[in-house]
Amino acid sequence: MNRVRVLRGVVGAAGFVAAVEAVGMSGLIDERFLPRMSTILVSAAGLIVDPDFLADATATVTAWALGLLLTVAVAVPAGLALGALPAVERAVRPLIEFLRPIPSVAIIPLAILLFSDNLHLRLAVILYASSWPVLMNAIYGVKDVDPLAKETLRSFGFGPVSVLLRVSLPSAAPFIATGVRVASGIAIILAVSAELLAGGAEGIGIFITEAASAGRIDLMLAATLWAGLFGVLSNAVLVAAERRLFRWHRVRSGSPR
Amino acid sequence: MLKITDLVHSYGSHRVLDGVSLSVAEGELVSVVGPSGCGKSTLLRSIAGLVRPSGGSILLGGRPIDRIPDNLAIVFQDYSRSLFPWMTAMSNVALPLRRRGLDRRRSREAAMAALDQVGLADAGGKYPWEMSGGMQQRVSIARALAYRPALLLMDEPFGSVDAQTREDLEDLVLRVCAHQGMTILLITHDIDESVYVGDRVIVLTRSPARVAADLEVGLGGSRDQIATRQLDEFVRLRAEVGRLVRGGSTTATTVLEQH
Repeated sequence: MNRVRVLRGVVGAAGFVAAVEAVGMSGLIDERFLPRMSTILVSAAGLIVDPDFLADATATVTAWALGLLLTVAVAVPAGLALGALPAVERAVRPLIEFLRPIPSVAIIPLAILLFSDNLHLRLAVILYASSWPVLMNAIYGVKDVDPLAKETLRSFGFGPVSVLLRVSLPSAAPFIATGVRVASGIAIILAVSAELLAGGAEGIGIFITEAASAGRIDLMLAATLWAGLFGVLSNAVLVAAERRLFRWHRVRSGSPR
Repeated sequence: MLKITDLVHSYGSHRVLDGVSLSVAEGELVSVVGPSGCGKSTLLRSIAGLVRPSGGSILLGGRPIDRIPDNLAIVFQDYSRSLFPWMTAMSNVALPLRRRGLDRRRSREAAMAALDQVGLADAGGKYPWEMSGGMQQRVSIARALAYRPALLLMDEPFGSVDAQTREDLEDLVLRVCAHQGMTILLITHDIDESVYVGDRVIVLTRSPARVAADLEVGLGGSRDQIATRQLDEFVRLRAEVGRLVRGGSTTATTVLEQH
């Protein structure tokens, strides 16, 4: 079942690559604007051993990882608190509903003015943009906790903070994890966007900008390809971690294993 | 041990408890039976400190209940919601002990002993969702036993299991509680069960609940699913409780029996 799905995905991707390559070979598109697929793939392979690109990739992945950690550290406690305190949640709700729909990339120019350090800038915009899905899922996850589960622990004499940490947090954890997975995708977008807009010394975004100004569209697209692959890979790792950690949740909600 | 006087509770203008008075002595198993929706659960939740009653008093060990008492455990009907699915049976049982200041090793030992008492010595490493309903309820019972509460409250504890399992669990509770000298208040809507497990049966009226009768069960200490249910005393009590639950009075019962 799963194998068939993976196989179909591989066939689909390979078909797409072959189709684009065929269009390239037919000469319909000027190779100066859009290099052939094979050229891009060869360049992408070459980037694995290119120390400049590796340094750029490391910088972006570092910003992504730190940004995501920071997001979890801020948004999970905030979501727990808001989920547990409905009065406070109602008070901050209008602010959240106002800020959330603002396209996150639009705050990058403001961040450029506020932060002189490039890493700080990236972390700030990642934190701002990635927090929303984690925050919202934590709030709803905590609100959704079975009241009987909480009463069970209360009846054994546990106080509100213990109930929050021992029942609400684990109950909400599968929802929070889904939020973190969505946040992970947003974080990589924001990291590269900030590099493209704000510049700096190192980063995949910087590599793309430099490749573009040097007229190396093949390298530009090869770096983009790696950024995309990183997104796919990190998502797959997080999905696998969720399956492992929250088997109880899947069994309970009746989803297939 | 537990003394409830003139307990009154209303949800808004809807009165559920209308002056309930009852008492439970140390080491006694008292069953409270009443029609569905008569306020039995509200009574139990008031004793547990989960609901603050509108009026009346509840004394537990001579002290009024103004917050959640420290020496009380509840077994709920819905084991699948009251056990934590992210923990093994062992951790579920051990969790309340940690709050009592037992270290990890000692709380695990106590949890293991309690699981052994309910016949689940080998199932400590299993998760609740890997177990049958009866096994899950045994884990809940073990959790309450391990906690060694002064008062054990049971809210329709056998309401969600099949008939055979229900009988097994009734006998299990009778056995371990006699062994530990536990004081129990058991709430049920099942007339047979209230008589079978109880040293005393308190019958509540239809909502708003009042105490219709407080009956001594003269069946002695040891009960047997087949033999006890055939005794004249059991049959008589069951009929009496049945009539009371349906809204009759004790006098009517006596009149009927004289004919």
